[in-house]
Formats: sequence, structure tokens, C-alpha cells
Amino acid sequence: MPDPSHHDRVTNTSGAVGSVGDGERKHVVIVGASLAGLRSAEALRAHGFVGRLTIVGDEGSAPYDRPPLSKQYLSGAWGEEKLWLRARGFDELNLDLQLNVRAESLDVASLALSTSTGDIAFDGLVIATGARPRRLPEPLDHGDHAVVRTKAHSDELRDKLRDGAKVVVIGAGFIGAEVAATARCRGCEVTILEAAPLPLERQLGPDMAGVCAGLHERNGVTLHTGVTIVATTAKSVTLADGRSFAADVVVVGVGVQPNIEWLQGSGLTLGNGIECDETCRAAPSIVAVGDVACWPNARYDERARVEHWTNAAEMAEHGAATLLADLNGTPEAALSYMPVPYFWSDQYATKIQFLGRVGGFDEVRVVAGAADSGKLLALYRRGDRVVGALGLSMPRHVMAYRRLLLENASWREALASVPVAKAPGA
Amino acid sequence: MKIVVDFDKCQSNALCMSAAPEVFEVRDDGYLYILQENPGEEMRAKVEEAVRLCPTQAITIE
Repeated sequence: MPDPSHHDRVTNTSGAVGSVGDGERKHVVIVGASLAGLRSAEALRAHGFVGRLTIVGDEGSAPYDRPPLSKQYLSGAWGEEKLWLRARGFDELNLDLQLNVRAESLDVASLALSTSTGDIAFDGLVIATGARPRRLPEPLDHGDHAVVRTKAHSDELRDKLRDGAKVVVIGAGFIGAEVAATARCRGCEVTILEAAPLPLERQLGPDMAGVCAGLHERNGVTLHTGVTIVATTAKSVTLADGRSFAADVVVVGVGVQPNIEWLQGSGLTLGNGIECDETCRAAPSIVAVGDVACWPNARYDERARVEHWTNAAEMAEHGAATLLADLNGTPEAALSYMPVPYFWSDQYATKIQFLGRVGGFDEVRVVAGAADSGKLLALYRRGDRVVGALGLSMPRHVMAYRRLLLENASWREALASVPVAKAPGA
Repeated sequence: MKIVVDFDKCQSNALCMSAAPEVFEVRDDGYLYILQENPGEEMRAKVEEAVRLCPTQAITIE
């Protein structure tokens, strides 16, 4: 069994070392029992917090991981035993895990949290309430349309993805694309409807977004872009140009919205999620982490929410360090959170991986592989710096750029690191 | 310390390799290879980073 006493140092992404201080008398509450919440608890203990720790989560299930819900778990390749977060259990974290408990309101001034089962006083708070699927606007929204965010959603949808079933997916972002790929692999007849002229353009830039969009056609899925939906039923979608698509199931993947409504009137600044400072702090002794948190990432000179798995994990570690700095009376010791964001998406047999940010890039260059080979490595330049690396099924080569991106390497250095030993696929 | 990888869960994202290249290598065949199953204590910080970064949580330390 791992020994928590070994976790006595923080990493270079986590900020100041949290000393024990008078932590033994303090109570930290974490709202949200998914990845960011659990990683917060782990990081607080790893950094030496020995006080009371409570996690409240509104789902009834033991905490689980979400990426497989649109991939291996949805396809049926993985059973639920592979979903659990901390399959080894929670004993060593010495915490009070309260499931089926919904946070209802917060009062920052009095450090009081109200939940569906009562009020909880705290000294420090981690908000990790995540996000929920956006729905189609009225009157297009329909209760029978499927979304994928929770284990229950995935279970319900899997039953409908039968061989030969007609599936219409609204939205060609990551969730829509992954659900489409999974449905196709289960033998469904899949059509994707996307409002934008090109899906994933904001995330990847136009050229590489085009390459990724091509994966659908190549795998037998029809992608219609630039469409306007004017009507839906439980089993059909009609477009402005009169085309209509019948379906056994309609899946909606049009993004997520942060779960912040319960914080209205709390005293926190709400905007695109919970607006934090550069250290993940939302207010003194209150941090927000994961999908719900918006913060300025000085590395890219942008304020953003990042809705990816790796950010939930890394931001939780960082937020824990910031919270401990506050609890120890040394808020000035909190460090800026400046990650190199990472996301991946598995679609058909292709692994899409992206490190960095594309916002405002000047050039994208394919440095290895080619779009039609199924393997590709592309680098993104902004000024004289490398700001992003995209791989299609070239994981070792993409990851070779992680250190360079963390070091804010120059474009020249990045080009000098292009793999030359082997042609892709060799 | 002993490295244990659940190869069913491993999806070869190669973040482990970026954290601890002395221990983990994803090769061009797309599979992860463990270069040292029992690395020394001096590798612990890097291996723990690999465990935390693994997006499929396929790595454990025993």
C-alpha cells in the first residue's frame, strides 16, 4: 500500500510546501467528489494537512472517472470496476466522504456552507463542483435526448447503441466525436450535426481541425457542418434547409456549463465559472479547481476555464497548496498556477493529443507524419515561441514536447527536437 | 518500490514517459514498456508524478 508519509514534497506545478502549522485544529471542506475534489483531498494530505477533511458530492455513486464514459465504458469494453477513483479506498486519507449531499449555498463572510443535509462550518473550502451538459435551447430541447456526463448517462445510452441503430449526434466537439466513434464501433449508423463550419477549430486551429474532422468520414460516419437545427423530436432532427434525420437515439454534445448557480449571492465573483486569481484563490481560504474554475494562466496571457481531465488533476494539487498557504497565515506564499494544459481524445483508432494552447497562434507546422497517414505531429508557434503540440497517434513524440512547453522553449528549439530517427509508422 | 501497470487501462498517453523516462517508454508500436520494474528510491518523486499524471490511472506503486 502506498504510504502517505512519502508524499512529503510538492511538485513544480504545485507551489509552496504546505507546513502542518496549526492544521490539526482546522476543518477543510471540499465540495465535489469527482476527480478534482478527490485530488484536492490527496494533495492536502500529501502537503501535510492533518486537520478535519470533509468531501460532499451530489452523486450517489462512489467517486468515478469520467473520460471512459464516452469511450471504453460506453462501448462495453470496460466494466465499472475500471471507473472507480481510488479503487484502493479512502481510509488512508482519513476523511468524511458524504455522498448524495448537494451544496446549496455559501456565505463567504461567515465561512458557512449549506447543504441538502445541513450546514457545515469550515476554515478552508475547495470548490470543485464541475460542470453539467448544456442542453439545446428551447424549444429544441427534449427530455429523451441523451447526454453523456455521468455513469448513469453512459449506462442508459449504451443500451441504445445496438448494432444497426440509427444515431444522430448533435455537436462534433470531443464528447460528440467520441460518442460517434463508439457508436460506430458498436455497429450503429451515425450522423453528426454540427453548427460551426468546422468542429474543434477553436481548440486546434482550422488546418488541424480539418484533419480531425476527416476522421469521421474515413470511419463511415457522416458529418454535416454549418447546420441550423429548427426542430427536434425524441427521434428526429430537422434542419433549416428542410433536411430531416430520423434516429433511434439523439445524442446532444454541445458543451458544458459550470455548476455555479448555488453560489449566487455567496460573495464570490461569478462569470465564466468562478473567477479566481492566478493562484486558484476565489476568496481568502477558498479555492476553486477543475471545470468550474476560471483563472488567468500567465503562461498564455489568457483567463480561461479548462474542461479537461489533466487540468482537474493538476489544478487540484495547486489549489491545495494555495489553500494551505492561506490557512497557515502566509497567503503571499501562494504561487501562480501556470500549467501547460493537456487533453486527449480517442476517436476510432486514432489518439488525438494536444499540449498547450492555440489561442492567437501565428503558424502551425506539420513536422512529422502526414494527415493522410493517420499519424501526425504538428507544432504551433506564437511569435518566436512554441505554444502547442498536436499528435495523432504519435504519443511518444508529442510528449517529448511537454518539457519544452513547460520551459517556454523557443520555436527554434522546438524544431530542433523534431523526431528524425524513424518515419512515423516505420 | 515496485511499479505495477494495468495494461488493460493503459492507453499509451505517454505522460508517464514525460515524467519518468528512465522508467516508462511508449514506443513507436504504441505500447508502453516498463524499463525498470523496481526503480530505486531516488526515482520516487518522478514515478509519483507519473502516477498522478496518468490519465487512465493505470500505474500503481507497491
